[in-house]
Amino acid sequence: MGVEFIYPEFEVVRNYDRCIACRVCERQCANEVHFYSEERGVMISDEAKCVDCQRCVSLCPTRALKIVKSDSTLRENANWQNDTIKEIYKQANSGGVLLSSMGNPKPLPVYWDKILINASQVTNPPIDPLREPMETQVFLGKKPSRIERGKDGKIKCELPPQIALSLPVMFSAMSYGSISYNAHASLARAATELGILYNTGEGGLHEDFYKYGKNTVVQVASGRFGVHEDYLNAGAAIEIKMGQGAKPGIGGHLPGAKIVGDVSRTRMIPERSDAISPAPHHDIYSIEDLRQLVFSLKEATQYKKPVIVKVAAVHNIAAIASGIARSGADVIAIDGFRGGTGAAPTRIRDNVGIPVELALAAVDKRLRDEGIRGNVSLVVGGSIRSAADVIKAVALGADACYVATAALLALGCHLCRTCQSGKCNWGIATQRPDLVKRLNPDIGSARLVNLMTAWRHEIMEIMGGMGINSIEALRGNRLMLRGVGLNEKELEILGISHAGE
Amino acid sequence: MRIPSGCAIAAVISRTGRRMTGGAIMEAMKPMHDRSNGLGGGFAGYGIYPDYKDFYAFHMFFDCRDTRKKCEAFLKESFEVVKGELIPTRKMPEITDEPIIWRYFVTPLRSVLADLQLDEKEFVARTVMKINVEMNGAYVFSSGKNMGTFKAVGFPEDVGVFYRLDEYEGYSWTAHGRYPTNTPGWWGGAHPFTLLDYSVVHNGEISSYDANRRYIEMFGYKCTLQTDTEVITYILDYLIRRQGLTLTEAASVIAAPFWSTIENTTNSYEKEKLRYLRTVFPSLLITGPFSIVLGFDGGLMALNDRLKLRSMVVGEKDDRVFIASEEAAIRVMEPDAEKIWAPSGGEPVIVTLKEGAF
Ligand code: SF4
Ligand code: SF4
Repeated sequence: MGVEFIYPEFEVVRNYDRCIACRVCERQCANEVHFYSEERGVMISDEAKCVDCQRCVSLCPTRALKIVKSDSTLRENANWQNDTIKEIYKQANSGGVLLSSMGNPKPLPVYWDKILINASQVTNPPIDPLREPMETQVFLGKKPSRIERGKDGKIKCELPPQIALSLPVMFSAMSYGSISYNAHASLARAATELGILYNTGEGGLHEDFYKYGKNTVVQVASGRFGVHEDYLNAGAAIEIKMGQGAKPGIGGHLPGAKIVGDVSRTRMIPERSDAISPAPHHDIYSIEDLRQLVFSLKEATQYKKPVIVKVAAVHNIAAIASGIARSGADVIAIDGFRGGTGAAPTRIRDNVGIPVELALAAVDKRLRDEGIRGNVSLVVGGSIRSAADVIKAVALGADACYVATAALLALGCHLCRTCQSGKCNWGIATQRPDLVKRLNPDIGSARLVNLMTAWRHEIMEIMGGMGINSIEALRGNRLMLRGVGLNEKELEILGISHAGE
Repeated sequence: MRIPSGCAIAAVISRTGRRMTGGAIMEAMKPMHDRSNGLGGGFAGYGIYPDYKDFYAFHMFFDCRDTRKKCEAFLKESFEVVKGELIPTRKMPEITDEPIIWRYFVTPLRSVLADLQLDEKEFVARTVMKINVEMNGAYVFSSGKNMGTFKAVGFPEDVGVFYRLDEYEGYSWTAHGRYPTNTPGWWGGAHPFTLLDYSVVHNGEISSYDANRRYIEMFGYKCTLQTDTEVITYILDYLIRRQGLTLTEAASVIAAPFWSTIENTTNSYEKEKLRYLRTVFPSLLITGPFSIVLGFDGGLMALNDRLKLRSMVVGEKDDRVFIASEEAAIRVMEPDAEKIWAPSGGEPVIVTLKEGAF
């Protein structure tokens, strides 16, 4: 104690008039905050361990609990804020790199919130999605640049492999290991029902989920965990992960504690060994090397699967994307700096990378300036929070969006941002069987289907308002967007006008 | 600045290639007077320059004599100019502030084409684009062979009188009266909009504009006017001339059938083709209300958006086919017009001259 003590961030407030000492909270909290005092006959708590995941609050039958932010604070200081000081204490105690999870929580600009959408009035009729067809299907992949005809004059209709999506959204990469079997089952089943894709992440594909292959993106990351020929051929597309928005420039680390049983088998590494993916792919040190990997994966799958290259949004993303577009990749996925993660060094998560809105606008423009936008499709992720964000991303130029955090929220995640501990009380970011079984895949997949169905309705409604009845007429249609409170430079990069213009 | 507009369109063609004066099409615009507001009108006539049919007819606006001289010098670097003259007009109180209006009959020099390794049409199209984007005060508003557009700020019927269209004879004519809700009233902004022998008149406001524009600009087109008609013209030029699609195929790109319709198509090649074209050219789908008439060498194509949000009717009499926003306009051209019908959304009506008719 003494100099090492940091006052707990949260306080557990229990209303003893309501508490019946049923001990539900005790059983529900994997962080062991609540316990029963035989001696006093009441529930008490060790709030120092609480991460504010709201599990006990949600399950308390008498609504006796609430978690509040502690008001015991250090003296206010605009420069040396509470969190900053506490992080220094932590590092002075441990000597270690700080770890965090989920996306960057800092108050950096969210450009989506400074972009507004157009609607039709008088000169052009809005379309009622309840009465008229409204199309949200998209096809991701390379588009041929020339129409060719056979000797009979008929158009040769062979297309490079495409990914068909019923709406411009996919569930993005979260590995089996970082999230649970039941979370994967929920995502896979929902993607199948919705006609979209989910992504295995870098941990391989559990044998039970091969049957959802048509709706699966199989990922190949620098650790190459669980990669073999059947795996590559199991999915609808292959994704090469070059980087992740939450931690550009570094690899991944799944602690040995999570590498148990099926996770170890699926990753093809021994139990309890740390799964460390290196920062670079050790066979990719340049764009030519990437090209070789793209084509070896295509060879391994007889050119039947589109290859996605996923990169983090970094400073010179436009030039990088232009290189990838010429590497033979079919889709580029750009992950913004607010993207989630199961674990990342705090400093990197909070300070490295750029907002995906700006990255997307710059890449889309660059590829068009070079006349190669048709070579690739663009998918963006890194905190797509709602149907409105999807609409704005598509209008800026994206073909589709990747969502992960929103999907986890649908499964019950309460954004406590402690996934790295492996004690997720909602059965998501954990491998502890007693916790995993809290997430019922029947309910989980139904909730994901609900969420995406709601988004689809909202997308159709907003499109109809703009007088657009097919999503492809929205893609890159930046005239449908206006900025508010943005400076000239920001507007220039986004390629949009200011509201009122 | 984007310019929304609502408009009137009309067109007539003789399938046997019989030449008609511009008189009838001028009359056709009168009953639709209320659809225009005097801020723009124009016509395109096909088969009007038989004596110069092998030369590209450039119709141009200039702001002053100097610009004209400069532009002529520029043209002569790569074209043989067989004739250059003022386009004859009538002075009239309804039409004022006219620019210098001139026409040239030109053909690109073989040596230049060989040097650049370009086909003739591509070179002409690039030259037109270059003048319109780079040469201040000069504007090519018509550039096809044996055809010409005539446009101005004013009501369409006055614009026709101004350009003395009753003195031209062509096998097909299109006309446009514009109701821009917001325009500075520049002559170049009136319709038809043309490139090479393609001319487009259009009624509507498309909601896919910027998606279409940003895609088509990848292929060397520059949308300087920010009007729907300009982008539609470029899309059709790209699909038909550069990608070699047929008119029907091009129509199935810009007014693509719904996916559900495609899936229910019984002819398997047809189904595969529709699916293919829609997947390859998603960014050229045009949404929002439109009815257009595309004029080209030897025919006309009329097309509505796939929901048919704008009116358009077609009628026939003997060798002639009529197209207009309102039946009244057809009745003015031909009181006894028969088979008046309204084509359904996304269904192209293509009328071409009989083999060897012209
Ligand atoms: S960690 Fe979660 S379950 Fe435990 S006390 Fe805190 S809010 Fe409740
Ligand atoms: S997944 Fe679990 S541990 Fe991670 S933020 Fe959500 S609730 Fe917390």
